[in-house]
Amino acid sequence: MVITIDGKKCEFAAGQTVYEVAKANGIYIPVLCHHEQIKPVGACRVCVVEVEKARSLVASCAMPAEDGMVVNTNTPRVLSSRKLSVELLMTQGHHKCITCESSGDCVLQDLAYSLGVEAPRFEEPAAYRELEQANEMIVRDMNKCVLCGLCVRACNEVQVNQVLDYTGRGPTAAVGPAFGLKYEDSDCVFCGECVRVCPVGALFEKQGRFQGRGDDLEKVRNTCAYCGVGCQLDVNIKDNRIVKITTPREDAPAPNYGSLCIKGRFGYDFVGHEDRLTTPLIRVDGELKEATWDEAILYVADKLNTIKKEHGPDAIAGLSSARCTNEENYLFQKFLRAVIGTNNVDHCARL
Amino acid sequence: MTNSITDLGQADCFLITGTNTTENHPVISTFIKRAVTQRGAKLILVDPRNIELGKFAAVWLRQKPGSDVAWINGLMNVIISEGLLNEKFVAERTENFEALKETVAKYTPEYVEKISGIPAEDLKKAARLYAKSGASAIVYAMGITQHINGTDNVKSLANLSMLTGQIGRPGTGVNPLRGQNNVQGACDMACLPGNLPAYKKVTEAADRKPFEDAWGVALPDKPGLTIPKIIDGAGKGTVKALYVMGENPMMSDPDLKHVEKALANLDLLVVQDIFLNETGNLAHVVLPTAGWAEKDGTYTNTERRVQRIRKTVNAPGESKPDWEVITLLANKLGAGWQYASAQEVFEEVRKVTVSYGGITYERIENVGLQWPCPNTEHPGTPILHAAAFTRGKGLFSVCEHIDPAELPDSEYPLLLSTGRILYQYHTATMSRRSKGLVSRTPQPFVEIHPDDAARLGIANGDRIEVSSRRGSIEVVAEVNGRCDKGVVFIPFHYSEAAVNRLTSAVFDPVANIPEYKVSAVRIKKVA
Repeated sequence: MVITIDGKKCEFAAGQTVYEVAKANGIYIPVLCHHEQIKPVGACRVCVVEVEKARSLVASCAMPAEDGMVVNTNTPRVLSSRKLSVELLMTQGHHKCITCESSGDCVLQDLAYSLGVEAPRFEEPAAYRELEQANEMIVRDMNKCVLCGLCVRACNEVQVNQVLDYTGRGPTAAVGPAFGLKYEDSDCVFCGECVRVCPVGALFEKQGRFQGRGDDLEKVRNTCAYCGVGCQLDVNIKDNRIVKITTPREDAPAPNYGSLCIKGRFGYDFVGHEDRLTTPLIRVDGELKEATWDEAILYVADKLNTIKKEHGPDAIAGLSSARCTNEENYLFQKFLRAVIGTNNVDHCARL
Repeated sequence: MTNSITDLGQADCFLITGTNTTENHPVISTFIKRAVTQRGAKLILVDPRNIELGKFAAVWLRQKPGSDVAWINGLMNVIISEGLLNEKFVAERTENFEALKETVAKYTPEYVEKISGIPAEDLKKAARLYAKSGASAIVYAMGITQHINGTDNVKSLANLSMLTGQIGRPGTGVNPLRGQNNVQGACDMACLPGNLPAYKKVTEAADRKPFEDAWGVALPDKPGLTIPKIIDGAGKGTVKALYVMGENPMMSDPDLKHVEKALANLDLLVVQDIFLNETGNLAHVVLPTAGWAEKDGTYTNTERRVQRIRKTVNAPGESKPDWEVITLLANKLGAGWQYASAQEVFEEVRKVTVSYGGITYERIENVGLQWPCPNTEHPGTPILHAAAFTRGKGLFSVCEHIDPAELPDSEYPLLLSTGRILYQYHTATMSRRSKGLVSRTPQPFVEIHPDDAARLGIANGDRIEVSSRRGSIEVVAEVNGRCDKGVVFIPFHYSEAAVNRLTSAVFDPVANIPEYKVSAVRIKKVA
């Protein structure tokens, strides 16, 4: 089956939406309330396109492609509607980008810029709302929320934690836990999926605040340090310091496809902790004293040699770690087997 | 796991037992919860605790801790007696079926109810759901393995999957969830006393030969000691030196008083770690290492996927990656190793480890590969045992129920299970140094059933002394209905109230895993 988008013939499979077909064919249609892992709702109207013979503009994210459909994504009618939608979204609160954590990484900012929205056409009616930032992990700034509902839908559809929903109506409408509870007082488990999908600056990581944003940050892909799921995540660094952990908003790889838990997303600050060991230690007169690597390695090697000579290799044993790398575990057992000469090597798999 | 994490999303039915998945493998739980809420998959939960996944369960069987062989045999009893077994699979892919049939014959639902407390009708319902669903996946973790008959528990689950042919296809399988980032890899790399890399046996000359050739030395042929035997050896004086890398037995091993005495008896205790942990406090030498995000290498996850970690920030002070420290020590002892990077070590790993042969850093740059992956054209193996089992035909093992080693009695009337919670990790050297995690669970606690609490005059938040035959600790009471009456749960993360001062050093005879899910304790309010 084929549809025509901006003059290009595009093949598609049953069930694909117009937006999906366009994306697969390299045709850009902006979206805000849409996410590839979440059922489309077509709420924000940013993705509208013109479909020949259709009565009105349609939301491409929710419109199933049909054989023979002719779609235009860039007509004056589309652009004018899209601009109006963005201007209306901007009336929802106070979109101050100067110190926003998402500046440079914000769907609304990109839309306003690309559509040339100099200043919102309508007045900002909403009262300023205090930031919710008592917990150590997630800051909620409802002044920047456009009620796209992605956080609500991610909480319910992706993580199935069933904590977030819409509360209030009209100008007091908000997203959050039931009864207006704070995250920390609700059933929220701080997986941070809501932060991941938020297209604006309404939800962000507390510990990374004012530590770096956008292009200041270098992202390095890593595998999580905690359980055996092996989630893929991006360590965001600036000046040799971890600022925050993120995952790609879309196109995230297996096995976790962008989802994390509290430990993976917010449990990283042990890395630069002041308690870290920084130098070898040798016990002298009952106390651990700082030593050089040469001294420490020599001390251990001498002792191992003596014990091996006097009691044989099986008087020596090693405990390895399920938290070290394959390379390190391989060398550890090779050391005990090939250098010491014992099979006394085990690790914490059963604990 | 025989199958893959993504693949779990295709299951029509889950049998989830001994895993508090939403807390200990939260991201895997999302695949399960989505399958249930969005695809109508049915979830059978078998767990003594009323855990979060219960909300999503079609049937919840609350077994008495330590009765797993009984209820699994009971499921098979129902499946055989109602003719729900997969006869074709049993005939073509398995052996020893008659012996299995004979053994499970006496595990009628009524008999199982007496042992496990699971109502007979619920057991039948679960058996039908599991056997009749198009694709049923078994998911388990330490709740199944940390028993004196943990090996039998696992074999019983394997029996169940083979009996119904619920293995080797998408959405099926026997899927243990690994608790630490690289347990799978540490096992694959043979940090096990009887194995060489890729599960070759130290006792087999033919298995040793390729390693002897590659490493240029004759290798010892006698299996080494497991952790509990190393600790015992230290206590008796037969083990004189212990080299500990990234491990904390003074928190994670059972009966810590015994462990402490044993470690104090060593001539040499070397602890190589990122923090000075409880074991490091007893060491003769402490070696500081680079931690996560400070070094290059690979981890292998619970679905056998080999994935990269990358040096992102500098390690503090003079600390070095563990592989460099081991190399320094080996060379001081005359080994002459020449590794310039983690990648060079990995290149050696893949030469001697058949299942890793086709995995290279280049190939896993963006997405990891699942072993077995024998050559660089091989796409990896998302599902094991699709056409045949490793030994050819799948062997039904005959397992009988046995009681746990230490059940409650008049002196110690409560049953203690230990485990993890969402907000902490293992011996907590990392997670308790993370502000966000600490804010959620600042102090050690015990979960008590409201009836037990009322009987003992205990209120939520009271300070409680919990004692066993081996020691006692002080924790805060969390009175809720998660544990059944007569059962308490304490997480093992807190050094100031290390629950392993209470647990007992009894082990499964095959795997040497401690029975952390069952020991006897008593509790009282601290005045």
